[in-house]
Amino acid sequence: MLADKDRIFTNVYGFQPWNLEAAIKRGDWDDTKGLMARGQDALIDAVKASGLRGRGGAGFPTGTKWSFMPKEPKPDRPNFLVINADESEPGSCKDREIIRHDPHKLIEGALIAGYAMRARAAYIYIRGEYIREAEVLFAAVAEAYDKGLIGKNASGSGYDFDVFVHRGAGAYICGEETAMLESLEGKKGQPRLKPPFPAGAGLYGCPTTVNNVESIAVVPTILRRSPEWFASFGAEGNRGTKLFQISGHVNKPCVVEEAMSITFRELIETHCGGIRGGWDNLLAVIPGGSSVPLVPAAEIMDCPMDFDGLKKVGSGLGTAAIIVMDKSTDIVRAISRLSYFYKHESCGQCTPCREGTGWMWRVMERMRTGDADISEIDTLYQVTKQVEGHTICALGDAAAWPIQGLIKHFRPEMERRITEKRGGGLSPMMEAAE
Amino acid sequence: MPIVKVDGVEVEVPAGATVLQACEIAGKEIPRFCYHERLSIAGNCRMCLVEVKPGPPKPQASCALPAADKQEIFTNSPMVKNAREGVMEFLLINHPLDCPICDQGGECDLQDQSLAYGRGQSRYDENKRAVTEKYMGPIVKTVMTRCIQCTRCIRFAEEVAGVEEIGAIGRGEDMQIVSYLEHAVTSELSGNVVDLCPVGALTSKPYAFEARPWELRKTLTIDVMDAVGTNIRLDSRGRQVLRAVPRINEDVNEEWASDKTRHAVDGLVRRRLDKPYIRKNGRLTEASWDAAFLAISQVDAGSNIAAIAGDLVDCETMYAAKALLGSLGSTLLEGRQTGMDYDTTNLAAVNFNTTIAGTEKADVILIVGSNVRWEAPLVNTRIRKAIKKGAKVFAIGPETELTYKVDWLGEDLGVLGNLPDAVTEAFAKAERPMMIVGGAGLKSLGAALALVSPLGLIKDGWNGFNVLHMAASRMGGLMLGYAQKGGIADVVAAKPKLAFFLGADEVDFAAFEGTFKIYIGHHGDKGAAAADVVLPGASYAEKSGTYVNLEGRVQRGERAVFPPGDAREDWTILRALSGMMGKTLPFDTLEELRADMATDTPALATLGLATFDWAPPALNAAASGELTGYPIKDFYLTNAICRASPTMQRCSAELVHGVDFAEAAE
Repeated sequence: MLADKDRIFTNVYGFQPWNLEAAIKRGDWDDTKGLMARGQDALIDAVKASGLRGRGGAGFPTGTKWSFMPKEPKPDRPNFLVINADESEPGSCKDREIIRHDPHKLIEGALIAGYAMRARAAYIYIRGEYIREAEVLFAAVAEAYDKGLIGKNASGSGYDFDVFVHRGAGAYICGEETAMLESLEGKKGQPRLKPPFPAGAGLYGCPTTVNNVESIAVVPTILRRSPEWFASFGAEGNRGTKLFQISGHVNKPCVVEEAMSITFRELIETHCGGIRGGWDNLLAVIPGGSSVPLVPAAEIMDCPMDFDGLKKVGSGLGTAAIIVMDKSTDIVRAISRLSYFYKHESCGQCTPCREGTGWMWRVMERMRTGDADISEIDTLYQVTKQVEGHTICALGDAAAWPIQGLIKHFRPEMERRITEKRGGGLSPMMEAAE
Repeated sequence: MPIVKVDGVEVEVPAGATVLQACEIAGKEIPRFCYHERLSIAGNCRMCLVEVKPGPPKPQASCALPAADKQEIFTNSPMVKNAREGVMEFLLINHPLDCPICDQGGECDLQDQSLAYGRGQSRYDENKRAVTEKYMGPIVKTVMTRCIQCTRCIRFAEEVAGVEEIGAIGRGEDMQIVSYLEHAVTSELSGNVVDLCPVGALTSKPYAFEARPWELRKTLTIDVMDAVGTNIRLDSRGRQVLRAVPRINEDVNEEWASDKTRHAVDGLVRRRLDKPYIRKNGRLTEASWDAAFLAISQVDAGSNIAAIAGDLVDCETMYAAKALLGSLGSTLLEGRQTGMDYDTTNLAAVNFNTTIAGTEKADVILIVGSNVRWEAPLVNTRIRKAIKKGAKVFAIGPETELTYKVDWLGEDLGVLGNLPDAVTEAFAKAERPMMIVGGAGLKSLGAALALVSPLGLIKDGWNGFNVLHMAASRMGGLMLGYAQKGGIADVVAAKPKLAFFLGADEVDFAAFEGTFKIYIGHHGDKGAAAADVVLPGASYAEKSGTYVNLEGRVQRGERAVFPPGDAREDWTILRALSGMMGKTLPFDTLEELRADMATDTPALATLGLATFDWAPPALNAAASGELTGYPIKDFYLTNAICRASPTMQRCSAELVHGVDFAEAAE
């Protein structure tokens, strides 16, 4: 179990106020000027050395991402940092806790990260449904401006840096980085074609880095406590601590900061009071938010919760939003509900996702009731394969993977429903009288 | 220049080319729906997926991927075939199976590509999506259930037409293409979305259920609705032209056509003159050709005879009339019906010298008295292209919406003599400056010409002085000498005893009282109503003719159908009449006429851009006077054919005069 002294988010449960005064007591904004004085390249190198991988789901090394930004931005094409707070993935709720209880970690991180990548300003794109969280964030940014921590000569460093908060309108797809840029520009939130990547041409055509809230919020602490400290947690290639969000059939669902690579069993036993009805009652786990394939009980129990460990069992860490399902779960219905979510949230831009998500959902609904043919399971699998990898953004993949996971691990359950619906295969074949 | 390997064959492609273009250079067909050469890249249909190495282990959208050196592209690997089948299936699951009643049938990209790349049968057992129809105006019929959301129409409206009135609302499978608040799309280029639509979602409203493409005889010809000389194809069945569609000509119209070009053709079968008429006791009465000719030959005009050319006539007709008048000893020829009298001693000074395609390269443009959007919509699209590349536009005249940002310099032409600093500075910095003098600005041609050297319009390999004509016959007429020094006023002053009006309907006929008026034309319009003798002629669809567009490009069109009833091709009428008048013209066939015309005006014998030597006359450089309006008051009703066309009347009422039309629910 992660020791309290090693926690980055010390106010994740909101026991103390979120405001600047309390944040400073917790150690935020402590000699930010000094951190920045280490120099931009030194900051990027430190983040690289810490082994921090993006917390938004894809797990791309954060320091490396920052190093793609132009080192000498032109005055008419400034660099921008965009912070993705459009946390809409079913199961994810970590950014919300950060923003409502520890917003100054994010704002300080924005300044330091923005300075390191030579950004002119940071845009925080917050999910539309996060109304109270947005209020806190607006207030926190105003506090920081008042005290001169950001703005002109931010924190006395001599660097001018603005932080803008932008509220989304409730579209899941705007969490995709290029759709977010479109939405920020005032357009319909639809993902852009890549290349060009945002680091080349992003917001308003300028070089842009899009980072998750958690990736940015951990940066000041990493720099204060040294990259080596951060890298002392977790397995090789999966360093650091991480906010895990456990929901579903555990005794005490929670958001908790833990070291990466902790096993699933330890995480649940330590923080969640065990599985509801005991470990034998565990059916399956979706370990990284709705868009990663589910993992059946036997494979997940002792799996290390990190990027590489979950990849080995055919899933992914995603945002570490762990959805636990016990044996009372109607697993087909659960996945069908996710299919409905993706059908509802598809932006409609490209063909496979626009047409495929609706098709998959409709077939899944029939699978749920068993009102299908066994051969349709294969058809459904082929349809998911036709969507996967053929779309502009990853929403198509995200819609396909849960169904693929279901078919891979629970095909007998799907077949059982279909057979039962037809009378269990016991009724005599109907022959037409000739 | 990168060298890529397409299916094992090495090809060199231009820098900046996409993978799709590389495949085309290598001769491989890449299916596509959303990609269009003249629109921005959307990459959303996913039909053009190919396998590319090096790259991620999934197919890539070739339309959006830049071709890079040493790339290996596979267009027929199992991965690609599989991806195409998948995308095709997705496109078809919600596409209705109504090909038998779809107007796109036979020229449908979705049909063709599903045959070539589809799976052959459907695995989709759910209900199909249905979408309500949208109203897009009198030209575009919608069947939105057929839409595959390629967004070509959206991109066309925004990028080429410059009206942001088509967009997509909703998301996922509920995404729908709509016009702004279900109003008609207020563009004179809206018909082009019908051609762009790869399926039958947007089809032509006037042409709905008229014909199948394979029933149509296709004739290549030139449009006469404006002076651009749009290259068109007339599709006809039997004796009727059913539709006009643009042909590709990069120098003239690219592949667009205005709505007038496309949809005035239904005027070709209405209000036609199909018999000769003679005025008796103040009324026009039907007559035979012989009687009509006799009535004409009885007028003793001597050499006091004139010919006025209308806006739509071809050079052959004008030349035949010129030859007839010449043999009778007259040169009273005029084509500028509405009374314009600009100097024509140097044709280069009244030509669109920059050329239509050259307009794209301009970096500063000064428009003098021209509503380019209505006078030449396809020149306007070129100006838009120039602006996209950074050009700046100034204009003198009443403010009007030209679909791009214009710095208006006021309505007083006097500003020509005293241009604001912003203009002179912009021109001083410009490498390819341009001035466009339109119909309303031509009265101060002298002042405009006087600015040629102060504004530096002439540079090495660049002539930035342009006059924008509006009539298809104008440049040809000027080359043939259809211009008097004082314009049509000179003709009136000569009090001709006999005058030929060659499809001329815009003349002030009251000024010709006492003149025996012969109208040779195809529509019963103002000209016929004022005439003493009406001789039924052929419209542009019914004769092969030579036309010179506003940039001096000589083009030739072919005959699509025969004229109705007793109507004849215009030059044959003049030839027959010449015999009756005792001055038989020396040509019996169109070829002979053209040979004769070539000796008279050699430039008309060579197709392509005619060259005029730049030698502008020194004219009075003083300019003054308010411009109260532009010559075209109603884009959709500019000539006799449009005025006879129900589609154009409907467009005029709805789009220009704002009349609301109730649509029947289907």
